[in-house]
Amino acid sequence: MLETPNAARRVSAFADAVSPAGIRPLPGAARFALRLREADATGEAAGFRLDQPLNTFAAQGDRLSLRLGPNEWLLIGPEADADAIAAEIAAALGTRFHTLVDIGHRNVAIEVKGPHAADILNAGCPLDLFDARFPTGTATRTLLGKAEIVLMRLDDAPTYRVECWRSFATYVHDFLTEAAQEFDAGT
Amino acid sequence: MAGVNRLPRGGRIDRAKPVSISFNGQTLSGYAGDTVASLLLANGIHLVGRSFKYHRPRGILSHGSDEPNALLSIDRGPGKIDPNNRATVAEARGGLVTASQNHWPSLNFDVGAINDRLSPIFVAGFYYKTFMWPRRFWDRVYEPNIRAAAGLGKSPDGPDADRYGNRHAHCDVLVVGAGPAGLAAALAASEGGKRIILADEQAEFGGSLLHDVTSTVDGTAAQDWAAQAIAMLKARENVTLLTRTTAFGYYNHNHVAMAERITDHLENAPDHLPRERLWQVRAGAVILATGSHERPLVFADNDRPGIMLAESIRAFVNRYAVAPGRRIVIATSGASAYRAAADAHAAGLAVTVVDIRLEADCGPEVAFVRQKGIDVLTSHTVIAATGRKRVTGLIVAPLGSEGRVGARRTLAADCVGMSGGWTPSVHLFSQSRGKLRFDDAIDAFVPGQSVQAERSAGAARGSYDLADCIADGFAAGDPLTARPRLAATPSLTGFQPVRILPTDADATRVRAFVDFQNDVTAKDIGLAVREGFESVEHVKRYTTTGMATDQGKTSNMNALGLMAGIQGKALPAVGTTTFRPPYTPVTFGTLVGPAKNALFDPARITPIHGWAKEHGAEFENVGLWKRAWYFPQGRETMHEAVARECKAVREGVGIFDASTLGKIEVVGPDAAEFMNRIYINAWTKLKPGACRYGLMLKEDGFIMDDGVVARLAEDRFHVTTTTGGAARVLQHMEDYLQTEWPDLRVFLTSITEQYAVIALQGPKAREVIAPLVSDIDLSGEAFPHMTVRTGFICGVPTRLFRVSFTGELGFEINVPSDHGRAVWEAIYERGRAFGITPYGTETMHVLRAERGFIIVGQETDGTVTPDDVGLGGMIAKAKPDFVGKRSLARPDIVAAGRKQLIGLVTDDPSLVLDEGAQIIDDRHRPVPIKALGHVTSSYWSAACGRSIALALVAGGRERMGETLYVTTPDSFAAARVTAPVFFDEKGARVHA
Amino acid sequence: MLLIPCPYCGERPELEFRCGGEAHIARAADPSAVDDGAWSEFLFSRGNPKGLYAERWNHAHGCQRWFNAIRDTASDRFVESYKMGEKRPLPGGE
Repeated sequence: MLETPNAARRVSAFADAVSPAGIRPLPGAARFALRLREADATGEAAGFRLDQPLNTFAAQGDRLSLRLGPNEWLLIGPEADADAIAAEIAAALGTRFHTLVDIGHRNVAIEVKGPHAADILNAGCPLDLFDARFPTGTATRTLLGKAEIVLMRLDDAPTYRVECWRSFATYVHDFLTEAAQEFDAGT
Repeated sequence: MAGVNRLPRGGRIDRAKPVSISFNGQTLSGYAGDTVASLLLANGIHLVGRSFKYHRPRGILSHGSDEPNALLSIDRGPGKIDPNNRATVAEARGGLVTASQNHWPSLNFDVGAINDRLSPIFVAGFYYKTFMWPRRFWDRVYEPNIRAAAGLGKSPDGPDADRYGNRHAHCDVLVVGAGPAGLAAALAASEGGKRIILADEQAEFGGSLLHDVTSTVDGTAAQDWAAQAIAMLKARENVTLLTRTTAFGYYNHNHVAMAERITDHLENAPDHLPRERLWQVRAGAVILATGSHERPLVFADNDRPGIMLAESIRAFVNRYAVAPGRRIVIATSGASAYRAAADAHAAGLAVTVVDIRLEADCGPEVAFVRQKGIDVLTSHTVIAATGRKRVTGLIVAPLGSEGRVGARRTLAADCVGMSGGWTPSVHLFSQSRGKLRFDDAIDAFVPGQSVQAERSAGAARGSYDLADCIADGFAAGDPLTARPRLAATPSLTGFQPVRILPTDADATRVRAFVDFQNDVTAKDIGLAVREGFESVEHVKRYTTTGMATDQGKTSNMNALGLMAGIQGKALPAVGTTTFRPPYTPVTFGTLVGPAKNALFDPARITPIHGWAKEHGAEFENVGLWKRAWYFPQGRETMHEAVARECKAVREGVGIFDASTLGKIEVVGPDAAEFMNRIYINAWTKLKPGACRYGLMLKEDGFIMDDGVVARLAEDRFHVTTTTGGAARVLQHMEDYLQTEWPDLRVFLTSITEQYAVIALQGPKAREVIAPLVSDIDLSGEAFPHMTVRTGFICGVPTRLFRVSFTGELGFEINVPSDHGRAVWEAIYERGRAFGITPYGTETMHVLRAERGFIIVGQETDGTVTPDDVGLGGMIAKAKPDFVGKRSLARPDIVAAGRKQLIGLVTDDPSLVLDEGAQIIDDRHRPVPIKALGHVTSSYWSAACGRSIALALVAGGRERMGETLYVTTPDSFAAARVTAPVFFDEKGARVHA
Repeated sequence: MLLIPCPYCGERPELEFRCGGEAHIARAADPSAVDDGAWSEFLFSRGNPKGLYAERWNHAHGCQRWFNAIRDTASDRFVESYKMGEKRPLPGGE
């Protein structure tokens, strides 16, 4: 193999992003789309819970399992664990019919945090983000303006994590930045 | 003191905060808390505009959002000018530059006022009757002139410099309107901790109480009661209070759109705030406490500046401490105007009341004002107003028995307050699809059957007494808890409906306005009915009554009543016109919100976009994607750049960003079976490591999408789709998988954006990547055309396809997206020694056309079958079924004469045909000539040294060698039919 | 904007959904056995009633499941939604 010192270099979709307080592009992560028939969704696999209710996530250490559909999970873990996760899932699920697809580079993530986080998201997200309706632990696919996102509420700060496809990164980031502008000076 | 007509005491204005605005170049002062209207009146200005059609002088009719006349252009700085602001709504603040509209050369002297003299011509339906003939005059003469002369204000001509926000919000109860009923409803609804939003269009909550200085509620002044209620609501965390917020649209499932005006009232608006915000509220329940509108009286010249609604006089006096006149005549057919008379009198203004009603029909209100020394003439009609740019008096006359009009006398006046009764504001209720009911007792349509989780309260449902409104608000806010009724000063209510005041004047000469903004008179409505317009919707459109920016809030009931009277019907039999959103005008900015400029649509960019930009690429939009179109060097034209790029690929090596191609990973033990059912091809025998060009149909048998599919393992396929078809194909597959074949053990995942795809094409492609690739044998024997291998490139894992859409030896290198740019750069660096040339979509299109490869959406249009484009041979006939198979046997599909894909070479090799151009077989036939088909693709081919084209032509494959004619912008071009391939007919080069 | 009851996620805003037209139009197990007339009915003929109408919906920007729902086309009220493969509820069985 030719020595190409630049080759393994990564260029994040947020390379040029300038973010206001409370909005932060997150570094890369290992991500997998796990599909498993509803009837087989019991217990956990490789530290990823499988039996939580739809539209919630479960965290075990640094491994997050988001149940986005009755037979669909988005698994998120540390980037360095990607190969290990794939192997562990295969071992844990064995002959149970499942599919695991690497989407680590398909998605990107942005954190939205602070007292106005819900108002900022509601500039484009049509869901009710009121504490009781979208409590910590919620995770669902939805929309932000004209982009599809996965929205998770991580804690009561509140902190939200927004995942979108890579090519929408600029739009989603700039949409949130625009919505945050009115709160930027005030608080 | 700010303004000659400012009263020395009272009002809710802040006398410690003077403000000054500009009106038609004149600087005028007022106070914080003024509207532009109250500030103008305080300065003695009544003439504020010219009317739409007759250019009659107009003043201020109302004190709120129902204002039809006082429309101003407001300039808040560069890019921040807009027309048709209601002076009664716009808040006065320093730096505001306002101007009247609809006049030339000036408000005071308007040439267009000649229309008023010509009014006998400008009757209802004038445009339709007058400009019919000669017909060709319409486009060139009539319409441009009418458009120049008509219209309200001037639209801004630059981009809007303001920002606008959007907010999706949810609540248990949305209360619209914060008058006494709305405040009571919000108080009651919020007690149990439910989430409440209370929105009101005004700058302050309180509604009618803001100009009520005499009533008491529960033993305290009504305004103090309101202040306490607001304070209580503010203290509740579960309540969101929105002032300056108009609920303008009531949609399905309690979805209410509201416009919040955030900065227009601020002299130095901070940059971080949006000007306005669209609220999209989803409410569990909606309470409509939207109040009511006062009706004008219809009499001759009732539109003279200085003539306004009686309640508006009360508002200007009490809320803004402005004397709209010093000598006021109140003309009324009901009781409420007596309160206005009393309040004006209390402010030291001379007041006379003229009441159309018989003394015996009046209530205690007459004695109430007479006690104060106010003259009341009952049983009197108003014949006409005098004055032109300002009312100078009212000509009144006693009404004898049987409606006989007695001797006229003129009452001097510099301001007239008129009241023809009240109309509940049922606009939002009606938008919610609720059914209206006519209530004879109050001569008005009121909310009947609700259709959504909604309830009207207070004056909006015809309850006009203050104590009733508050009690109704409590009941609406919390129907389950009985609350004690709060005592309040009894309101003066009740009126006698009167559509047009009796007169002894010549009816044909009377100009009595029903709709002020659109200049519709009582005579116009009569004419429309006489001409046979029966339906209220038709009369509305013919006369334009109720059609302007105020949507007839003040005029509708008078118009309906007049129609009913002329048609001899009861009013409910006439019905109402449909109430449509918006309730009041909404700026385009608010509707657009943040979705402008870079946020108008997501601009999807690939991981390699930045490199392409830095290297001078021109981009084209493909769906939401930005794709590099071509890479001009120096002063190259597009044609030159594309010719150079094509040559580089054919002779050396080109590099192309194919990342936007849709990619779907199809995984599971039944993956091959699933592919068999979705595609026309056979997949069972495709070996892992091999690729196949796949074609899929919709159920109707027409081509839906295509792309190369790689079998990575027995149970894993890497499917590619067209760029534009990616989402559609995945939906199509999911639909069949979930609804038709749920038993198949297969799952689908979009991996479009997991991989950056670098296409390296040309005879030198292998040499370029050879040293970068590890774990893959690149030799032709080990890695032939249409196969896939996994390994590494530049140390990054890759799915390496040996495929070609150019007809040359080629690879498509899939690497995880974040590595795309670095791998691209490494290949580019390595390729420089070989003359590597970046190319764009245009070159890709030319190269594939030279080889006759179709592009779905270009050679196909949703009515094209595989056989039509010469791909019938791909159909796996042995398969019992696949999506679209049955339709390929439909009679229309198997019929002879279908359009088929062919090549066209023009007699003139330098002529490049237009894509979409029509094709005929004989240019000398008499027109109309039936077209045989059309050109689907057409390019200059550097490799062929001539132009080439693909076309769909009826019976095309039977026409090889024929000469056909193709339309050009000015004539026809002769072209010969060939096979749809122009270069490397045998396709040998890909195997190099 | 409608509020659509997804049988998996509950009520969610219309923005997240895609409508797939009339429900319960069965694709023949063996299309080759269907005659031309019946096949074109299957492809092209759809009801357009004023009143209750069974429709296919996809919660495209949510759980991505297809499901059926009965909507009153006159009022836009959703009477019921149910998973693919489940029987259409009887009229009036709400």
